[in-house]
Amino acid sequence: MPKKYVGQSVKRTEDPRLIKGLAHYVDDIKLPDTLHVAFVRSVYAHARINHIDTSEALKAPGVVAVYTGQDVADKIGPVPCASALPDLKVPDHRVLAKDKVYFVGHPIAAVVAKDRYAARDAVDLIVVDYEELPVVIDVETAANDETVIHEEFTDNIAYRMTSGEGDIDAAFASADRTIKQRILHNRLAPIAMEPRGVLARYFPGEEELTVWSSTQIPHLLRTQLALMIGIPENKLRVITPEVGGGFGSKLNVYGEEALLGWISIQLGKPVKWIETRRENIQATIHGRGQVGDIEVAFKNDGTVTGVRYNVFADLGAYHQLLTPAIPTLTGLMLSGAYKIPAIQMNITACFTNKMATDAYRGAGRPEATYVIERAMDIVAAELGFDPAEVRRKNFPAANEFPFHTATGLDYDSGDYEAALDKAQGIADYAKLRADQKAARAEGRLIGIGISTYVEICALGPSQAMPAGGWESATVRIEPTGKVTVLTGASPHGQGQETSFAQIAADELGVDLNDITVIHGDTGVVQYGIGTFGSRATAVGGTAVFVAIQKLKEKAHKIAAHMLQADATRLSFEGGKYSLQAATAAAAGGSSEPVHPVGEAPAGALPEPQTEGKSSVTIQEIALAAHIAKEIPPDTEPGLSATYFFEPKNFTFPFGTHIAVVEVDRETGDIKFLRYVAVDDCGKVINPMLVDGQVHGGIVQSIGQAMFEEVVYDEQGQLITGTLMDYALPRASHIPNFELDRTETPSPVNPLGVKGVGEAGTIGATPAIVGAIVDALSPFGVKHLDMPVKPEALWRIINSTH
Amino acid sequence: MKTAINLNVNGVARTDEVEPRMLLVHYLRDVLDLTGTHVGCETSLCGACTVMLDGQAVKSCTMFAVQADGSDVKTIEGFATNGDLHPVQEGFWEKHGLQCGYCTPGMIVTAAQLLDRNANPSREEICHGLDGNLCRCTGYQHIIEAVEYAAGKAADK
Repeated sequence: MPKKYVGQSVKRTEDPRLIKGLAHYVDDIKLPDTLHVAFVRSVYAHARINHIDTSEALKAPGVVAVYTGQDVADKIGPVPCASALPDLKVPDHRVLAKDKVYFVGHPIAAVVAKDRYAARDAVDLIVVDYEELPVVIDVETAANDETVIHEEFTDNIAYRMTSGEGDIDAAFASADRTIKQRILHNRLAPIAMEPRGVLARYFPGEEELTVWSSTQIPHLLRTQLALMIGIPENKLRVITPEVGGGFGSKLNVYGEEALLGWISIQLGKPVKWIETRRENIQATIHGRGQVGDIEVAFKNDGTVTGVRYNVFADLGAYHQLLTPAIPTLTGLMLSGAYKIPAIQMNITACFTNKMATDAYRGAGRPEATYVIERAMDIVAAELGFDPAEVRRKNFPAANEFPFHTATGLDYDSGDYEAALDKAQGIADYAKLRADQKAARAEGRLIGIGISTYVEICALGPSQAMPAGGWESATVRIEPTGKVTVLTGASPHGQGQETSFAQIAADELGVDLNDITVIHGDTGVVQYGIGTFGSRATAVGGTAVFVAIQKLKEKAHKIAAHMLQADATRLSFEGGKYSLQAATAAAAGGSSEPVHPVGEAPAGALPEPQTEGKSSVTIQEIALAAHIAKEIPPDTEPGLSATYFFEPKNFTFPFGTHIAVVEVDRETGDIKFLRYVAVDDCGKVINPMLVDGQVHGGIVQSIGQAMFEEVVYDEQGQLITGTLMDYALPRASHIPNFELDRTETPSPVNPLGVKGVGEAGTIGATPAIVGAIVDALSPFGVKHLDMPVKPEALWRIINSTH
Repeated sequence: MKTAINLNVNGVARTDEVEPRMLLVHYLRDVLDLTGTHVGCETSLCGACTVMLDGQAVKSCTMFAVQADGSDVKTIEGFATNGDLHPVQEGFWEKHGLQCGYCTPGMIVTAAQLLDRNANPSREEICHGLDGNLCRCTGYQHIIEAVEYAAGKAADK
């Protein structure tokens, strides 16, 4: 039977509150007598703190308390790092700096005052006596720098790691040719439009603490905060209200979250901190920040036989939750969409006097895709082949899946050639190349870039995750027939209130509007993992789906009892269990969803009426299950089911992106002429939401490729500390996206979905940079580092005059 | 020291005593509890705080409440009339012009002004008009389509 909702571009149920300005983000939640917190943050990248004078601040109007690192050192546990790697150096990361500061923006003291203006005023009255220390900024020299950031260690190397399979030395020794390219991955700031924010309220009588935080991981945060603050986990409730974007930056546990909770316990009042944008760029995690050499061994026919990547990873001053793990994800995806028999990655991960890097949309995988895709372009240029053909040459065939890579993964399903064919067809690739040739003859600089990416999603099997990789769901049909879905996923813009309702509405045969999806409240939702790593639908959506099947097993038995029929004679369709003999008649009416009994005029719940009936609706069953007078013996009353779904593997979405750009000879300006993206994220629940994810991801790629860069100067000063200096893409920077899809279901979950949240940020950057490089190829350009700026292009164009 | 201000917000007359340094956005959010207007950068670069002031879209994070004395202010909460969505709000819903929703109120206010000034804008004109508002989720394409939808809706009337 065709699905009524799944596969349709259903308008989002979360939108009305958002477009009317009636949604509640953390700062929109108001509690009486709330105190406000502002932070004193380090102005130096590396310094010893000799003394902190808080006396004037404490006398300032409205100030209630000031806390320094000394005050909380033995009260609040360290900021957690969940990555466990062999021989990893883990510095003691406290919520407030005690003796030393390690980066600009490092929190030193917290001022608590009656309003946010008073708190901010008092910050300026705190005098910190710093003793400046030499800084470590360049990740490539950090390993041997005589300045050691964390004095408890002997050097700045957090870890070294080698990964990969196959005989890499033999691959290079026997290669027809090799290439080597140094590649930079610019450090980026995630810049969720809503900065971080925390509101904490302690109830002294109940000894309970509630923390509202703008986070992607409410349950993991609850566990970690309980450990940090030393409060029983079952006395701590984390609520994530509306969250204004995350992109990985809120997949973390931050010192401020624990500190606010602790302060609320000390003062017995609600306390709130809302991050400023300057704090956000200084002290919310950054992403990327790698520089390395990619080497490729290949045959004269374009077959790649080996890839080696020696990389320095700039971890920043401390580990946040996943900091050390991110470069290892790069190693996992170095095979890209290709059959490469030998791969080796050598990571040197170093501390520097900067904010920590961590999971920013893509989290280590964009780096892998970027190096392998740039390398394929360089191989093609070396051989004089079309970049599409070198890629095609190295694809595994569709019948070779599951496909084992030399990075140790098993790709679930794929048809890479189909996506490339489709994208080339939409772009009219042969004509594009012919037009490019003609334009070049006229002196115009037109470039075409291709990326045939594969990504790793649906994170993931628990074996491969630091804190569990499953997801949970409870589906409950209330006595009035309304359906409540509780998910452990924590959507913050992705639209799962709608897409999970689509899944549930189809499976239960009910109206979408009778379903409410609840998430982000540890007091209401069973334990969950959260939303990141393009996992919510593939793992969390599957949990919803399976929970419904469990619920229906029970409903089926109750239906048989209610209809006094043999269960094997009942079938479920259109929201009803019907006697098979009567199915034709029952289904003959319509496949419209059944409606809850609660739609009837208010009053006492009606008794289920089944006498003489040949079918019973799922809502009637729910009512019967709750009243519990007419259910089979030995059946639990109520109608709900919970399922924790553990995926057996990751999923591997893929696709082809083609960018066409023109570079202005006079100015170096880069203009998009076309942008074609064919993405395969498996089965699609809501095409409109998938398109939105792809658009947003590509534009973040445009940002990385052309505009964005966190810059620290040689003293470690952050010189991109506002949105004036940190350049985000704006509406007039974007091309008109031409999107299409292929659909290769994943065998990993019953929905066949793969995930799409990060596809754009992973697939697009190499296509964009590849196009710009291609435009400049008449000048002998083989690679350009990001962000590619007009000035650099202008210099290249004009240096050959 | 506080200063008295009188203004009209979403059709309601308001009189309050505020500190002269209180930002308009904090007055709207903290005093009037109109929290649909957001703060995204405090430097007038992101546009999340955009409101209509005497018919012009302004960034309320870099304006004092006292500067709005005597003005008509319209915030996102004032856009739907009698429960009917403004065409721009409708466009955002129809075309999936929002994801996390944080930039959305400012985007809607800016887009409404854009259409007030130019009922039938080209794609380039829409992009130019929205350049003062940042969105990190949508990649703008659906926002542009939302504005086109609203323009088409107005043309149909």
